[in-house]
Amino acid sequence: MQTPAPFEYERATSVEHALALLERYGPESRVVAGGHSLLPMMKLRIASADCLIDINDLTDLSYIRVDGDHLAIGAMTRHAQVLASAVLGEHYRIFHDAERVIADPVVRNRGTVGGSLCQADPSEDLSAVCSALGATCVIRSSSGTRTVPAREFHEGPYETAVGPAEMLVEVRVPIRSGVGSAYQKVERRAGDWAVAAVGAFVTLSDGVVSDVGIGLTAVGAPHFCAPEAEDSLRAKEPTEANLAAAAALAAASARPQTDQRGPDDYKRHLAGELTLRALRRSVARATGQEA
Amino acid sequence: MQVAMTVNGDEVTADIEPRLLLVHFIRENLRLTGTHWGCDTSNCGSCVVWMDAEPVKSCTVLAVMASGHAIRTVEDLEVDGVLDPVQQGFINEHGLQCGFCTPGMMLTARALLDRTPDPDEAQIREAISGQLCRCTGYENIVRSIRWAAEHPTAEAAPA
Amino acid sequence: MGFGRMLRKEDVRFVRGKGTFVDDVHVPGMLHGAILRSPHAHARIRSIDISAAEAHPRVKAVITGAFLETMNLAWMPTLSQDVQAVLATDKVRFQGQEVAFVVAEDRYSARDALELIDVDYEPLAPVIDARQALAPGAPVIRDDLAGKADNHIFDWEAGDEAATSQVFATADVVVSQDMLYPRVHPASIETCGTIASLDPVTGKLTVWSTSQAPHAHRVLYAIVTGLPEQKIQIISPDIGGGFGGKVGIYPGYVLAVVGSIITGKPVKWVEDRSENLMSTAFARDYHMHGEIAATRDGKILGLRVDVLADHGAFNGTAQPTKFPAGFFHIFTGSYDLQAAHCKVTGVYTNKAPGGVAYACSFRVTEAVYLVERMVDILAAELGVDPAELRMKNLLRPEQFPYTSPTGWEYDSGNYPRALDLAMEIAGYADLRREQAEKRERGELMGIGISFFTEGVGAGPRKHMDILGLGMADGCDLRVHPTGKAVLRISCQSQGQGHETTFAQIVAQETGIPPEDVEVVHGDTDATPFGLGTYGSRSTPVSGAAAAVASRRVRDKARIIAAASLECSADDLEWEQGRWYVKGDHENGRTIQEIAFLSHSDLDLPEGVEGHLDASTVYSPPNLTYPFGAYVCVVDVDPGTGQVKVRRFIAVDDCGPRINPMIVEGQVHGGLADGVGMALMQVMAFDEVGNHLGGSFMDYLLPTSMECPSWETGQTVTPSPHHPLGVKGVGESATVGSPPAIVNAVMDALAPYGVRHADMPLTPAQVWLAMQGRPARTDLAFT
Repeated sequence: MQTPAPFEYERATSVEHALALLERYGPESRVVAGGHSLLPMMKLRIASADCLIDINDLTDLSYIRVDGDHLAIGAMTRHAQVLASAVLGEHYRIFHDAERVIADPVVRNRGTVGGSLCQADPSEDLSAVCSALGATCVIRSSSGTRTVPAREFHEGPYETAVGPAEMLVEVRVPIRSGVGSAYQKVERRAGDWAVAAVGAFVTLSDGVVSDVGIGLTAVGAPHFCAPEAEDSLRAKEPTEANLAAAAALAAASARPQTDQRGPDDYKRHLAGELTLRALRRSVARATGQEA
Repeated sequence: MQVAMTVNGDEVTADIEPRLLLVHFIRENLRLTGTHWGCDTSNCGSCVVWMDAEPVKSCTVLAVMASGHAIRTVEDLEVDGVLDPVQQGFINEHGLQCGFCTPGMMLTARALLDRTPDPDEAQIREAISGQLCRCTGYENIVRSIRWAAEHPTAEAAPA
Repeated sequence: MGFGRMLRKEDVRFVRGKGTFVDDVHVPGMLHGAILRSPHAHARIRSIDISAAEAHPRVKAVITGAFLETMNLAWMPTLSQDVQAVLATDKVRFQGQEVAFVVAEDRYSARDALELIDVDYEPLAPVIDARQALAPGAPVIRDDLAGKADNHIFDWEAGDEAATSQVFATADVVVSQDMLYPRVHPASIETCGTIASLDPVTGKLTVWSTSQAPHAHRVLYAIVTGLPEQKIQIISPDIGGGFGGKVGIYPGYVLAVVGSIITGKPVKWVEDRSENLMSTAFARDYHMHGEIAATRDGKILGLRVDVLADHGAFNGTAQPTKFPAGFFHIFTGSYDLQAAHCKVTGVYTNKAPGGVAYACSFRVTEAVYLVERMVDILAAELGVDPAELRMKNLLRPEQFPYTSPTGWEYDSGNYPRALDLAMEIAGYADLRREQAEKRERGELMGIGISFFTEGVGAGPRKHMDILGLGMADGCDLRVHPTGKAVLRISCQSQGQGHETTFAQIVAQETGIPPEDVEVVHGDTDATPFGLGTYGSRSTPVSGAAAAVASRRVRDKARIIAAASLECSADDLEWEQGRWYVKGDHENGRTIQEIAFLSHSDLDLPEGVEGHLDASTVYSPPNLTYPFGAYVCVVDVDPGTGQVKVRRFIAVDDCGPRINPMIVEGQVHGGLADGVGMALMQVMAFDEVGNHLGGSFMDYLLPTSMECPSWETGQTVTPSPHHPLGVKGVGESATVGSPPAIVNAVMDALAPYGVRHADMPLTPAQVWLAMQGRPARTDLAFT
C-alpha cells in the first residue's frame, strides 16, 4: 500500500487553536478532519502538506440544529450523522438522498461536511446539494467570522473561498415551508463518484413554483448550479413541460468533460434527465404525493 | 511522536511518525495481523477496525489520530476463547473462502447488529457495501450475518 | 462421513484473525523492497541515477537492470517461451514496468527512496491499439529479440478450415459479429508478494510467496538463479485469493531473491494495488470476429472465429506450453455442429504481460463468450427464442463421449436436462410474459441465457505440460499409528477449502473421519510435486490422486487386516472404515486398528512392507467437462442506461459434489465476477498508453449492492474417467456468467435495434448502444 511523505502533526484543541496553527505553519499546512479525501491523495503523493492540523477533537463543531430561520450544520458533522439526522430529513430529504450515495457507510463514519465541501472535488455531491439549497458557508479566521454563499464558495476544482489561516465552521440552509427536495445520481457502481448528479428543491405556492434550486455535480456546472434553469421555472406551474424545459436549460449550462465515466454528450444528457427527475420528485414531495 | 490509545481493551503507548497509518501500526507495531490491507484508495475495506465502536478504514486513519481513542480489531471479537456469534455465523454459513476480507466484514457486521439486531437483507447489503469480496459473491456473507442475528447469544463452540 | 455438507476445518483461524498471509510473516532481520516503475508506456532509458537513493540512511541496496545484467538476471524466461525483463535495461515497454529496486529497513523508507531515483527517459511512440500492432510502420516493441521487425508473436489455428468454408458457403444463414473480451484483472483482495531469505550459512533459499504453483516456482528459481533446487523451499502460506493472478513469477519476486542475496538478509516485497493492476497478469483482451452458419430453421451448422490476441509487451501467458491460445478452440461450445475453425494471432503491445488469468480455464471464458453471444445474435436474426434455439442444438446425452470438431473429447453431459431445470427455476415463460407487458410500456427488461461447457483439470501429461513439466500431480497419504492421517497434496488453496474437501475424499475412501485427516499443502519441502492450483484442476487432478492414494491405503489395510485376522484378504469385505470377515460381521478390524497393527510386530506376507501409507502421481486421462445453464434477468433504465441485475439463476453440473456448500460458494463467487466483467470491470488505455484502471477507484469491482441473491441448482452427471466421478468447478461461474448478463442486456435493448455492444456495459456504454454507437472499451472514451 502507498504511504505518505513525512509531515508534522498537531492536534487542535479549539477553533482558535486551529487557526493559530494554520498561521504558524503557513500555506503548506492543511486541516484534516475525516481525512478520507486528503489522506488517500497524500498516500498516492499527489497532495502533500508540511503539517497536518487534526481538528477531530473539535466536537463543538459537530451539530445539526434549527437556528431561527435556518438549519445550522457544523463543519465537523460526519456524513453518517447527516444521513441519520431526523431534523434534516424533515426539512430537506435531498440530504438523505445524497448521503445514501456518498462513498460508503464506513467512510461516512469519518468524512465530514466541512471536509467534503473544502476538498471541492468537482464531483462532490454535497457541493451540489448546498448550491441547490442556496446555503451559506460560515468561515472563521482570527479576525472574526464571515459568510459566503455556497454558490460563491467553490472557486474552481479543489479551490474554495477559504483563505490561508481560515476555516469553514458551519453551513446554513434556509428553512422553507412547503418545500420538497430530492437528489438523483447516476454512478457506475455503488460508492463511485457521480457520472452526473442533480439535486433540487421546489416550494409551491398557489399551484406555482415559488422558489426552486437546481444543483449539478460532476458535469462542470459553474458553481454547481443552474440559475437559468431555475429562473425559467420560478412562478411557473410545475407541469411536465415546464420541468422539462428547465431540465433542458440545466443540461445546456453544463460543461461536462469526457472521461472513463462517459463521453460528454452522455453526461449532458444525464444532466437533463436527472434534473427532470429531481424536479419531479421534489414537486411530488412538496405536494405530499411521495411518502 | 508519542501516542497512547487502547487496543482491544489494553493500554498501548508508542513513539511513532505522524505519517504512520493506523493499519500499519496495528499490523507491524502491535503484530496484530488479523487486520489486512488490499488497496491504495480506501475502497476494499479489508482494513476495517473499530474506532470508538464505529467501523473505520484503518488505512485512511493516521495512528496519531487514533491517540486517545479506543481501537478494536478482529482479535477482540472472541471472548475468553468463545467465538462471537458473527464469527460462528461466518463458519456456519460459509461466509468466507480465502479469509482475507473476513475480519473487516465481521467487524462491520458486529457494529450493524449492535445497532440493528434484526437487519433485513437490504440493510445487510448496504452495511457491507463499502467492502469488497472476490470469493463469495456476498451471498453467504449475508447469510452469515443473518445467522448471527438469529443466534445472538454465544452458543458457539470453543474457539 | 465423506462427501456431504461439512463446515470448513480452516475457518477457525481465519475468523479469529490468525491466518498467515505473506504480509503477516515476519522474519527476523527482514528488509523491505520497493519497485520504481516506468511512467511511460514506451521509452528508451538514457540514464538512471541512484546515488541519492543509495545515500538514504535507511537504504541498504538499490538495484538496476545494469546490475542485474552482471548476474545474468536482467531477463527471465516466461511461461510462454519468451523472455521478460526483470528490470528494464534498454527500454521500458509498458507503463508500470519495473525499472529499479530499493531495499530498505522499512517499507516507508523504501517508498521514500523511490522518489530519490532519477531516470532520464526518451519517450517513444507506443503501440496501444492492438488492431494497429501489425500495421506497416508500427513501432517495434521487442527490439531486444534478435531480428525482430514487427509486433507479431504467433499464429495458431484449430479445426478444419476447408470443411468449415464449405459449410459456410452453402448455409442458408450466416451471421457475423465483432466482439471484444476486454482486458480485465483478477484483483484478488490480497496483492502479490514474497519474502525471500537466502541463508548465508546454509545456502538455503526460503521463499514465502503468494504462489498458486510453488513447485513450479521452485524449478524456475533454480533455473533462473542457478541455485540448486534441493536448497530452494517455496512456502505458499494462506493466500488471499488467486484466481490465476498468482500463477506466474513476477519480477518483484526475483528482485526480492536478488535483494536477499546481495544484503544477506531476508527481503520482503509486497506490491500495492496500483502495481497489482498495472503490472501483474491481466486476463482476456481477445478481439474476436465470429461467424455462425445455420439453416433457415435454426440448425447450427458451423462456427468460425478470427482472434487478435493482445499479449502485452512480453508473452507471459500461463497455459500448457503446446497451447498458445489456451483452450480457446473449445469455442464450439455445447452444440452439435458440423464444422468449425479458428485462427488466433498473438501480438505485442505496450502494456503489461499476461492474458491467461482470472478464472479463464485457459481461455475458455473467451470461447464461451464468443459462442454464447453468436447463438443469441443468430436467434435475434432468425427471430426465434434463444432458449429454443439452444435446446434445438445442444448435444444430446447419447452423443457422449463426444469429440468436438476441434478435437476435444467431452467426457459426459446431459445438457437439455440442465437447461430445462434452469428455465424452470427462472420461470422462463412468466418472465417472457412480463417482458412483453413491460415492452408495451416502454420499460426495458431483458432475459439472457448462457449454456457453457468447460474443459478443466489439465491435464494428461503427454499432451499438457508447462515448460516441459507434465501436468500430473503427486499425493502422499500416511496413516499414523493412532489412526490419524496426513495427506500431502501438490496443489494448495487460495480459498477453495482444500483442507476440508481433501480430508473428505480421504474420509470417503478410507473411513478415517475428516477431522482426523490433516491436509498439508503449499510448502515444497513438505509436499509432492505438482503443477499447482488453477484452471479448476485441484479436484480433477489432485483430488483424483488423493482418491487413488486413499484406495491404495485401503487395499493395503485389507492385507494387514487379513494378516491380523489370520484369513485370506479375499475373505474380507469393506464397510466404510472397517474390513470384516464375510459372513462374520463382528469379526473385523477398523482402519484405526489396522494403522496400529501396520506399525507393530505383526507378521506380514512376503513383499508387504509395514506402516500404512501410499503415494501416487496422477496423470488424468482427459480433462473433465463440467457444464451449466444460466439465466439472467435485468432491468435497464432507458433514461440513464443503468443496468440492474434483478435475478440470476445458475444450474451447474460438476458431477458429484464432495462438499455441496463449498461448491455452491465457488459458484456464487464466479457469478459476481460475471456482474463485474459484464457491467463495470475494464483496464482501458489512452492513446499514449496511460493505464486507465490503475486503482480500485477506476477498476471497479462489484459490491454487495450490484449482486442479486443468487439462485442455484444442480444436475449431476459423473465423469466416467475420474476416480470419484467429479469434475472441476472453481471457474464455471466466471466462465458462464458474463455472456448471460450481456445477452440479457442486449435482449433488453432489442427494441432499440441494438445487436451488440462490448463489455463493460456501463451506463454510458448502454446509452451509447441505444444511440446506435457503442464504444470501443479497450480505449478511452472519446
